[in-house]
Amino acid sequence: MNAPAIKQIEVVDGSLDAKAPGGDIRTRWDRHRFEMKLVNPANKRKYTVIVVGTGLAGGSAAASLAELGYNVLNFCIHDSPRRAHSVAAQGGINAAKNYPNDGDSVWRLFYDTIKGGDFRARESNVYRLAQLSENIIDQCVAQGVPFAREYGGLLANRSFGGAQVSRTFYARGQTGQQLLLGCYGALMRQVEAGRVKLFPRREMLDLVVIDGHARGIVCRNLVDGTLERYAADAVVVATGGYSTAYFLSTNAINSNATAIWRCHKRGALFANPCFMQIHPTCIPQLGEGQSKLTLMSESLRNDGRIWVPKQKGDKRAPNDIPEAERDYFLERNYPTFGNLVPRDVASRAAKRMCDDGYGAGPTGLSVYLDFADAIERLGEPVVRDRYANLFEMYHEITNEDPYHVPMQIYPAPHYTMGGLWVDYNLMSTVPGLHVIGEANFSDHGANRLGASALMQGLCDGYFVLPYTIGNYLAGMTPGKVKTDHPAFAEAEGGVRANVAKLLSLKGTKTARELHWQLGRLLWDFVGMSRSAKGLADTIDKIRELRAEFWQNVQIEGTADDVNQALEYAGRVADYFELAELIAIDALSRDESCGCHLREEHQTPEGEAMRDDDKFAYVAAWEYTGDFGKPRLHREKLDFENVHLAARNYK
Amino acid sequence: MSAQNGQGHRSYKLKVWRQPRGARSGKLVDYQIAGIDPNMSFLEMMDQLNEVLLKKGEEPVAIESDCREGICGTCGVVIDGQAHGPVPNITTCSLRMRSFANGATITVEPFRAKAFPIIKDLIVDRAGFDRIIQRGGYVSVNTGSAPEANTMPIPKDIAEAAMDSAACIGCGACVAACPNASASLFVSAKVRQMALLPQGDAERARRVLAMVEQMDHEGFGDCSNHGECEAACPKSISIENISVLRREYVRATVAKH
Repeated sequence: MNAPAIKQIEVVDGSLDAKAPGGDIRTRWDRHRFEMKLVNPANKRKYTVIVVGTGLAGGSAAASLAELGYNVLNFCIHDSPRRAHSVAAQGGINAAKNYPNDGDSVWRLFYDTIKGGDFRARESNVYRLAQLSENIIDQCVAQGVPFAREYGGLLANRSFGGAQVSRTFYARGQTGQQLLLGCYGALMRQVEAGRVKLFPRREMLDLVVIDGHARGIVCRNLVDGTLERYAADAVVVATGGYSTAYFLSTNAINSNATAIWRCHKRGALFANPCFMQIHPTCIPQLGEGQSKLTLMSESLRNDGRIWVPKQKGDKRAPNDIPEAERDYFLERNYPTFGNLVPRDVASRAAKRMCDDGYGAGPTGLSVYLDFADAIERLGEPVVRDRYANLFEMYHEITNEDPYHVPMQIYPAPHYTMGGLWVDYNLMSTVPGLHVIGEANFSDHGANRLGASALMQGLCDGYFVLPYTIGNYLAGMTPGKVKTDHPAFAEAEGGVRANVAKLLSLKGTKTARELHWQLGRLLWDFVGMSRSAKGLADTIDKIRELRAEFWQNVQIEGTADDVNQALEYAGRVADYFELAELIAIDALSRDESCGCHLREEHQTPEGEAMRDDDKFAYVAAWEYTGDFGKPRLHREKLDFENVHLAARNYK
Repeated sequence: MSAQNGQGHRSYKLKVWRQPRGARSGKLVDYQIAGIDPNMSFLEMMDQLNEVLLKKGEEPVAIESDCREGICGTCGVVIDGQAHGPVPNITTCSLRMRSFANGATITVEPFRAKAFPIIKDLIVDRAGFDRIIQRGGYVSVNTGSAPEANTMPIPKDIAEAAMDSAACIGCGACVAACPNASASLFVSAKVRQMALLPQGDAERARRVLAMVEQMDHEGFGDCSNHGECEAACPKSISIENISVLRREYVRATVAKH
């Protein structure tokens, strides 16, 4: 595809109603809650809601809906709901409690999130998120989540990437695990009460839409391969992000885009697919056969100092490089924020240093994260107290001891701000289909701040969806749709044909080999920096690879068994379709913003240059049946409360 | 992918448990694998084996994993007779091939326990753990009804001790390592976490009785203080948790009568 082809893309304005209330932003959510319809408590049990996913968003939603009295069917691909990838979040969760008395407020969290997202998020949603952040901490503490505490017994806070106040709550380096276990407990309590029916080891492979409304799903039972149909009055998708399209990412091996992609093909618009966060502090790739990259919590940047040798190609061991010959490039370039600049800024700066030949280590693709100063200033016991489990993890993986040798880090795909488009009620463009957590596009704009993902997932699941879904359900008669409806047969037939086709190909390349090739393309050309030419060429190459996949993928085993190769191939097939949309979105967004750096639009120092006149919108893509010609719906973003300004972390 | 010149790559003889789905038993099957980078994780070595098998037109080994950074608890196999392999206090996914000498024979089997039926090859069904938690491994608090978080101070040492227990990832290595296939360490970690915290106090007695009842019902064995669970635990959950479990159980039983 070339630039003229992008011009042929059909653009639709004014088609999306975000349903965000107007007026004073501080009272919007209150007023909206009052205006929404309620379901009579006695009637709630008559409504069935499908929730796909059991991470922080899906688990909290399933538990909260069941507590309200709804009948919930909850699905996950894992053997247990406790394994969802939220479990791996390390650093913490933000909340505007202002316990440290350092000037935080709901307004500041709102402001920081809008600015951190480089003015590509919806103000109403973000303000609500900041407001509800306080309730999340209350809820989790009441569940027995063992947050870090001060000696007086009150909750401890720390500062976290990109924030100048300490608003991050944490449980050692395992915050995600502890929040998820709290949420899992709440979920299992509802399973015990009979209000949630749990379906583990199920993969959602299609959405069933009847008369324009989401009314069910088709799943593959991952133990025996049975295709199963489930009907409901509404469907909630909480299946996380799509970083795994890039092959090497910090996401789990089973994290995938299939559920949201199949929803997209059933009519849900996909918003800002090119907004993919590259996290700055990950362990660099160590060798061949690597299956994933491991993130080191960005809390390390609170005490670690990032540097590279001043001399190009300096191959001395880091401890042999004298202080005067080290370039602390973040501190040099961003004196105010230093090592705590937002993720996109830190990642790009590291990439630039490596691209310019200053990279550390044998591959030249890493920078040092050094704790020597912190150990001298604070003493090793304090550093150990703060980061022991992270240092151990690093040591295990790399066989180097970060107490004595600087860590080597490099950016890696980590989180997707893009996702299915949702309105203020978290409902997609398919009525009845709600999308929460990382799976939606909503709150982080073009860059997510550290410790905000856990906040958003739990906010959506505990405190937003339980109200807004009632507004949808209140207007309808429950239980109208049964699984013998022809739409279920049609969806199941499609899934069955897809599975049979994959198994019939009997090619010569494994799905992993093809996925690896796709990942390299995306990383090189739709990664930390992107150009019109690179993107246009990449779109062609994605199409070629996709064609090869559908002729030449090799899968063994049968459909009616545990078949991990088949599961994986199905997911890779979807990455090939999604990848083209990611590249098209990146090509059509002819500006730089947040994580999205277009080489044509940067300052001489390499900072992103937004074009607010042309691109202050959400790009929501409609599937048209032709992957090369999606239809672009633009939701204009208005900034009434935080004035559009260039980000400056100098 | 970093340039590797092939030097230092290792070869192994693998003996891997293969058991078709629905079969009552299986057998160890021998495989040779070469070209293993010592920096690879154990599971990446298994990925490579599966790629080789696929290329030969054979069915890959069914083995589960997810986060591959030691926190989700999905992975877990018995390697050379030890749950999660020869390096103490890590998960299978965190185990690196540099821990195995070049040319070594490595035996890979599933976690074995009556309460963990084998689904296929190295995959077992640990849903019994979920059913134990379901009976009371939580604080019963509905969304929205929580008091302000700082109204209840909890001494730092108590919070830290609760966190020590809460670190359990539910992998099941404790069960696989125990000669009796007891789930006592798993159950005790949750019981102790909740017993330490004021939030857990209201349901303290009911929780321990229900969870122990379910543990027995699932067919997990009794604890007879072998201590193998603690040694195998990737999160270093202490066997002291089991003492607390016993104390809590007695306390709850006495209170009931």
